[in-house]
Parts: sequence; C-alpha cells; structure tokens
Amino acid sequence: MSFGEFMQQLVNGISLGSLYALVAIGYTMVYGILRLINFAHGDIMMLGAYFAFFGYAVFVLPWWLSFIIAIVITSLVGVLIDKVAYKPVRKAPRISALMTAIGVSFFLENFGLVVFGGVPRGFHRPEMFGKLITIGGVRFVSYSIYIPLFTAIFLMLLLFLVYKTKIGMAMRAVSKDMETTRLMGIDVDFVISVTFAVGSALAAAGGIMWAIKFPQINPLMGIMPGLKAFIAAVFGGIGDITGAMLGGFILGVIEIMTVAFFPDFAGYRDAIAFSLLIIILLFKPTGLMGEKIEEKV
Amino acid sequence: MNRKTRFLLNVLLVAGLFFLLYLAKHYLNSYMVRIITLGGVYVVLAVSYNLVNGITGQFSLGPNAFMAVGAYTASLLTLSVASKQQMFFIEPLIWPFNSVQIHFFPATLLGGVAGGLTAYLVGIPSFRLRGDYLAIVTLGFGEIVRVIANNVIFLTNGALGLKDIPNYTNIYWAWGWAVFTFFFVRKLTDSSYGRAFKAIREDEIAAEAMGINPFKHKMLSFVISGFFAGVGGALLAHLITTISPVLFSFFITFNLLIIIVLGGLGSSTGAAIAAVLFAVISELLRAIESPMNLGFIHIPGIPGMRMVVFAILLVVFMIFWPRGIMGRKELTWDLFFNRKRGGVS
Amino acid sequence: MSSTDVVLKLDHITMRFGGVVAVSDFEMEIKEGELVGLIGPNGAGKTTIFNMVTGVYTPTEGRIYFYGEDITGRKPYQITAMGIARTFQNIRLFKDLSVMDNVLAASHFRLNSNIFAAAFGFPSYIRQDDEMKEEALRLLDSVGLVEYMNFVAGGLPYGQQRRLEIARALATHPRLLLLDEPAAGMNPHETEELMGFIQGIRKKFNVTILLIEHDMKVVMGICERIRVMDHGIAIAEGEPKDIQNNPRVIEAYLGKEDEEDA
Repeated sequence: MSFGEFMQQLVNGISLGSLYALVAIGYTMVYGILRLINFAHGDIMMLGAYFAFFGYAVFVLPWWLSFIIAIVITSLVGVLIDKVAYKPVRKAPRISALMTAIGVSFFLENFGLVVFGGVPRGFHRPEMFGKLITIGGVRFVSYSIYIPLFTAIFLMLLLFLVYKTKIGMAMRAVSKDMETTRLMGIDVDFVISVTFAVGSALAAAGGIMWAIKFPQINPLMGIMPGLKAFIAAVFGGIGDITGAMLGGFILGVIEIMTVAFFPDFAGYRDAIAFSLLIIILLFKPTGLMGEKIEEKV
Repeated sequence: MNRKTRFLLNVLLVAGLFFLLYLAKHYLNSYMVRIITLGGVYVVLAVSYNLVNGITGQFSLGPNAFMAVGAYTASLLTLSVASKQQMFFIEPLIWPFNSVQIHFFPATLLGGVAGGLTAYLVGIPSFRLRGDYLAIVTLGFGEIVRVIANNVIFLTNGALGLKDIPNYTNIYWAWGWAVFTFFFVRKLTDSSYGRAFKAIREDEIAAEAMGINPFKHKMLSFVISGFFAGVGGALLAHLITTISPVLFSFFITFNLLIIIVLGGLGSSTGAAIAAVLFAVISELLRAIESPMNLGFIHIPGIPGMRMVVFAILLVVFMIFWPRGIMGRKELTWDLFFNRKRGGVS
Repeated sequence: MSSTDVVLKLDHITMRFGGVVAVSDFEMEIKEGELVGLIGPNGAGKTTIFNMVTGVYTPTEGRIYFYGEDITGRKPYQITAMGIARTFQNIRLFKDLSVMDNVLAASHFRLNSNIFAAAFGFPSYIRQDDEMKEEALRLLDSVGLVEYMNFVAGGLPYGQQRRLEIARALATHPRLLLLDEPAAGMNPHETEELMGFIQGIRKKFNVTILLIEHDMKVVMGICERIRVMDHGIAIAEGEPKDIQNNPRVIEAYLGKEDEEDA
C-alpha cells in the first residue's frame, strides 16, 4: 500500500470515526444519566437524515435550513420518546427499561418502513461537500474534511455546555447521583430532557452527515452505525463523553484500516466492531476512560 | 397429590393433546395446520429462552446464534448429497457434510448439540459480565455468528443460504419437541437446580453466599437453552425449507423477547401460551398487511405494519403490564385439584 | 481438645480500595463455640471484615485461616461449602421465592446429583430432594417459621425476614456463622426475642457465632467477648464489662472531649 493510499484510508477512517463519535456521545450521555442503553439512538440518527431529506425534497427548503430544522425536530423527537416510553419505566428494573428501548427501536425502524417505504432514497449532497480535492497526491472528497470539522465544532460546543454552564453542571451532577441532585432542588426531569435533546441533536447531525458521505438513506440505516457507535461508547468508557469521542474515532479508523489491509476479510467488517467490543468487555470492562461501579455488599 | 398421580395426569394431558393434534391434522386446512406447527416450534424456542432470561434472570440477546447453528447443522445433514452438490456451486461444501445424509431425528439432535456447544463457547466469556453488558455481548455474538454464516461459504453457502430443505417438521414433530421441552424445563425449574437458578436471579450475591456457584449454574442454564434453541432452529428450517443468514438476525431474538415478556418472564407456562398466541396473532395481523376488500370499502394493505404493532405492544407491556400473562406463576395440577395451596413459584 | 480449636484466625489482614484503606492490619482469633461481637462506629470496616472472611473481597494483605486451613482469596461459594455462612446488613432474601424455597436453595450445593438426574427425576435425585425437604421443614420448625413455609419471603414481616435469613444460613450446615446487624430495625421486644433466638441456635446447631451489631443491649447481653474497631483498625478487645468502660471505645463512639468543646 502506497503512502497516498494509506493517507486516503486514514482520512476515510477519520471521517467515519467522526460519525461514530457523534452518535456515540448521545449513547454515553443517556447511559451516564439513566444507566439505560438507548437502543433507539441509532434510529434517531436515521430520523435526522430523513427529516433533512423531507426538508429539501418536499418543502423545498435550502439545504442548510433543512439540515438545521431536521436537527431541531429530531432533538424534540428524542425528548418525546423519553417522556412517552422511558419515563414510565424509570423506576422499573433495568431489564424492563432495556426492553422498552428495544421496543422503541423496532417501532421506529418499522414505522419508518411503513411511512417512508423500504426503498432507499437518494440523498442530495450539497455541492460544497462534493468537491474533489487533491493534496500532495492524496485524493479525497471535501466532505472528508467538513465532517471531522463539523464534528469538532459540535464537540467543542458540547464540552462547553457540559463543563461551563449551569445546566451542564446539573447534567454532571445527575449522572453522579440522581437522588441527591433531586434533593438539592434541581429539576431532574428537565435535565434528563435536555440530555436527550442534546444527544438526539448530535445523532441527527451524525445522520445527516452520514447521508452526505453515503448518499442513500433507508429506514434501517441506523441499526449498524447505532450498534457500532454504542460499541465505541463502551470502548471509551460508558458514561464518559471524551471517551465516546475517542472510541468513535478509534473504531472508525480500525474498521477502515482492517478492511484496507486485509481486503479478503471485507465481509467480516461488521464483526470487527463486535469482536472489539467483546475483547474490551472482557479485559477492561470500564473502557479506556471509565470508572468502576462496585456493588455494595 | 403424589408423584405418581401427577405423572399419570401429565400422560393423560399429553395424550389428549396429541389426539387434538390428530384431529387438527385431518380436519383443518393445511394453512391452519402450518400455523399450529409453527406454534409448536415457537414453544420450543420460547420456553428455552425463558429459562435463561426469565428463570435464571440473565439477559441474553443471542438465541438467534444458537438457532442458526442448529438450523444449519441439521439441514446440512438431512439434505441429499446431490442437492448439496448442486446448491454449493460457488464453493463446494466441506467434509463430512458433503457426503452424509441422515434421518431427521438424529439431525435435529445434532442441531441441538451444536447449539448447546455454541452456547458453551459464547457463555464462557460472556458470563463474566452482567446486566446491560451481558445483553450487549450476547447480542454481539449473535451478530458475529450471522456475519460468519454469511462468509463461510464452504459451510453455509453464504448469503445464498440453503433451499429445498426437506419439509420434515410436521405437527407431531413440532409438538413432540414442544412437549418434551416444556416438561424438561418445568421439571428442571421445580428441582433443586431450578431453585438455584431462581436464587441467582433474585440475588446473585446472596446465592453465592449460600454455596451456589453462579458461573457454573448460569452456564448450565445457558447451554441447555442453547441446545433447545438449536433444536428449534432445526425444526424451523425443516418447516420453512429455506434458510439464510438474514433469517437469524436480531429480529428473531426480538420476537422471542416479545413472547416471553408477553407470557410472563419466569413462567414456562406463560412462555408456551404466548408462543402459540404469537404464532396465531402474527398470522392474523398479516391481514393488515394485505389489502382488505369489505364489499364497497377497499383498504389498501400496509406492509410492515405487523412489526409496528408488535413493537408498540412490547413497549406498552413493559410500561403497563410488565408481569405479562402469567407473571412468574406456573399452571400446576395442584392449582386445579387442591385449592388450599397458594400458587407460589 | 475441641473446646480450644481455633475456628477463625485473621492474620494481619488489610483491605485497600484504591487509595482508601478500609481495614488495616487487623487480627483476631475465634475459638470453637464462642459468641463473639464485633462493634465499632459506622464505617469502621466491620462488614468489610465479613466480606473478606466470606470471600467477597480478597484481602490486599494478610491471610485468613478457617480451622487451620488458609481460605484467603477463595470464592464465596467455596467458603460456604467449607462451613462459613453469613447474613447481610440489608436483608438479602430471595424475595420472590417462598420461605421454603429460600431454605432449600441453601441446601442445593450439598446435592450430589447432576442436572439430568434432577430433570428426569431419577430415584437417586428424588431421594435426596425428599431428604432436603424434610430437613428444611425441621429447620423451619426449630426457628418457628414452619407455618409460613409457603409464604413469599418478601411478604414476611421484618422480624420474620431476619429470622428466615438466619435459618437460610443455617441450612448450609455452617460451623461458623457470621451475623451482620441482625437486630437492625427491631423494637425492644423483638430484640429480646432475637437475643434468645441467637443463643438458642448456638446451642441447638452447635455453631460458633461472630456478630456485628450496633445495638449495645444485644452486644452486652449475649456476647462473651467483644472486639472493637474504628477507622479500620482494632482498638480494643475484652469482655463486655471491660469494653463498656474502655476510654478508647467511648472516644471512638462519642468523639474526643476537646473536639466536643470546640
């Protein structure tokens, strides 16, 4: 493999990794606060892409506006899902909540199939994202730069939110100890809603950018990326935002690189992520950055 | 009520059941017989899945893997050498499968053994984890098995899958296995081992403090469940006669999950009832998916609506009725004949 | 001579969790047949000691001997099989199971029958199962719970739950019984009953008892010997009357005099 090819694949891996990172953050934020694996998160990503699609295809909005509106609407859908499906099982055993999440996920996927149809739709890639660029013999498409760039911007905004604002502090408090935070007079339900809103917004952004990179959308498009993003979150240490970011990037790069170096194993691509997951969980279940949660005896 | 009486009652019950099946086979149309047969297969799958999730309290999301292994193993053994040669045109099938053909029953048994073995391999690393992590890891293994099935063309024929599998699963085989699975799991649950499983479910730390080896018992439960999942997979393959990796995706796990939640996590009776209900309702709901012509009103079909309904059902159940039909209770002869005893599981 | 057999020997055990030292260089010996109390303010490390003895934690340093055998680092179920049983601070019954099943579950490890024999109902299994059930009935009878045998454990009144937890531990045929705050949450009348109950089972089941307790009436009333801990270290040992007047013990519970003034 030449250096040029290597760089190309690396760039590829980084842009894929950015997408995983964006979705992984939403998973990790919700898990950090509710200890719930929001199975439906990958499907939220799908909704983001579809809402954007309908924005410019049906309502004929300029692409940037439809993207923004899609992110906002998806964010609200995320909050709605929490209120309708997750809140009632907040006090129930963890397995109930997990099953509810699986149910919501299936609902979104199949409802998507019914409403949007199973036939994949072509997603319009705005011109600025489709320009071919050559730097030092390495050829790539402009989205490969924009995706990590936007991801970085979103992440910085997020870190600002979580570490420099009052609501962010509330979010961190709730993830450490929900009951005590509630006793301190903080509206925990509101904090949870904000968490879902932010996580879903990021997932929607991820979904839109995914559709820019792979310009075909279908209602089941969120399943694999969703699972892989979750694996990335666990890899980085579930509950830790920086960990989710790192995990996403690393997973994206590993996935692309493995297939690049071992093209014969391309069919096993999806299994790479799962194998990675199993290995991490066995050797360092707390992930790269995670903390151990001991059960009190 | 002593053991002998209970045994006799059970024998009568099973005899009665088979008599009903005989009547069904001879008087109902083949479509309905097929649904009843499918119901029997679901009973095998659901009751064994419930052993791990409901009775031992371990959240596994990977039964699809063991079903797949069982289905492929059994099918590769019952298909004729000639059909296999024809089917495996991209890459020839490896030995010994390419040169053997055996009877359905031993093939099904071997499918079960293969399922159990796979469960053993999956269980060893997986049961180091608990709760959410166990769920995700078993899900991961389920996916890995599917991906492998798609790629080891010399064994599974890859994405093309296997077709023209002989249609050996009739109503008697399906329900014969269903009865065996049900009674085996029930007797196991009522035994000392069953108490150990439930103790682990209730409080693993306390169970261990009372001398129960948690890993060993989780593995026992898991491997037995894997065996029956393999059997169920084999039965399914010989009912629908075509299998491919896509069939054994998380989707089928999701269906089993709905069934055991609906029936009551922890009740084999509930799982069995729900399995049959699921097979029936699933078919009835197909009606929504195809167009309906009610005279002057023509309602267009909505494909995919069935799963939407099931998904909504699962969520609604978890919120309003998490105990399901039977909760953790079983139907016992004592309940019918002896009002004094309370129904404690 | 069995009356001087050392049942449990804690040899300079230390427990560190990351930077926190929960127990430091602790030692203790318990002789057969004794009823010993382990007391100290909250957070002193008493339950941690229990957890180390029963294998839930492996001591960072030091060794634990049971009847002379080194049990350090063994798994909890192995230690139970050797003859040490315990109850928990926050009752950990199998809530959804019946009283009878709670006790039977604790007999399972003594079953000498594989899973197929159990599932298919082989005579060898049935015989053992019947024996286990008879024994469980006798046990429940001797602790006064037999009329509740089919009740769901989680539905029992608090006092009965505590009793059931002790009965369950006894079903493992222990030679050493560790009771973690058995009197917690009880009113004076229940506490009286419990004291008699504990002394009774010591005699009836021929078992050595180590007891963690905050209720001083219980401690002073039934313990023959008391060990006092504070902040992970042993600070005193002796008979009840000596401990009551020990200034270090008083200080541990009430704080130093000049601290109070300040």
